Amino acid sequence: MPTEVMEANKQEAVVQNGAEQTRPHKLFVPRTDIYESQDHLVLLADMPGVKQESVDVTLEQNILTIHGWVEPQKFEGYSLTYSEYEIGNYRRVFALSNEIDRQGIQASVRNGVLKLVLPKSKRAMPKKITVQTE
Amino acid sequence: MLLQRIADNELFSSLRDMQRIQQQLNRLLSVGASPTDQEFPAVNVWTSADGAIVETEVPGVDPNDIEISLVNDTLTIKGSRNPGKLKDGQTCHRQERGYGQFMRSLQLPFSVETDQVQARFSNGVFRITMPRAEAEKPRKIGVVSE
Repeated sequence: MPTEVMEANKQEAVVQNGAEQTRPHKLFVPRTDIYESQDHLVLLADMPGVKQESVDVTLEQNILTIHGWVEPQKFEGYSLTYSEYEIGNYRRVFALSNEIDRQGIQASVRNGVLKLVLPKSKRAMPKKITVQTE
Repeated sequence: MLLQRIADNELFSSLRDMQRIQQQLNRLLSVGASPTDQEFPAVNVWTSADGAIVETEVPGVDPNDIEISLVNDTLTIKGSRNPGKLKDGQTCHRQERGYGQFMRSLQLPFSVETDQVQARFSNGVFRITMPRAEAEKPRKIGVVSE
């Protein structure tokens, strides 16, 4: 009973400004969940085939870029007889609205899913101002 | 102003008509499409004279939640991905990753040695290696000239 919410097809990244990739593999947009709590943002991105050490996360101003590199595997003596998906790298760019505490960013990869925890900076957190009566 | 509004309404209604036609066309076209288009998970199958390797991408699925069974030459992959639960005070901005149960059956081009099947899971990619049944391996037949 495959559920309809699971999609098998990967979405290929659109080439911007006609610039081409320098690496020969395809580039995909990872499916991503983002949720927010009072003091941090959590981002989960599906990147099957990406190891912990081949992920690149950069935060420049408020532009967050995630990059995952995949090494396609070839099997000696075997030929690909039936193929439903292609293997390639992942890249996605997000514009963050909150100010993020750069020092506290945590990134981990588990079972092909990148998890980013982005703590909000103290300045951006809502402050409660008490009104004093005179 | 009024004219503009009428024009907008007309535009919207014709847009709706177009969408309706598009939906009908999509439905019409999808009848002939192959059923594997939507099936999860997508698989790649590698074969050689010695066996087959099936690879599938199931990111975020716990290896313990995957079940593989092999009956004759039919391989079945079954599993589920648990939805991440929102804790108190968390709000969801974007949810694109699917979750739920999945099942997929594949017919292999030949029988395999069931007791020598290996399954490996790394970084969200599941790889099942199956050696071809000895009795079914292609054999070279020597020609003896008399």
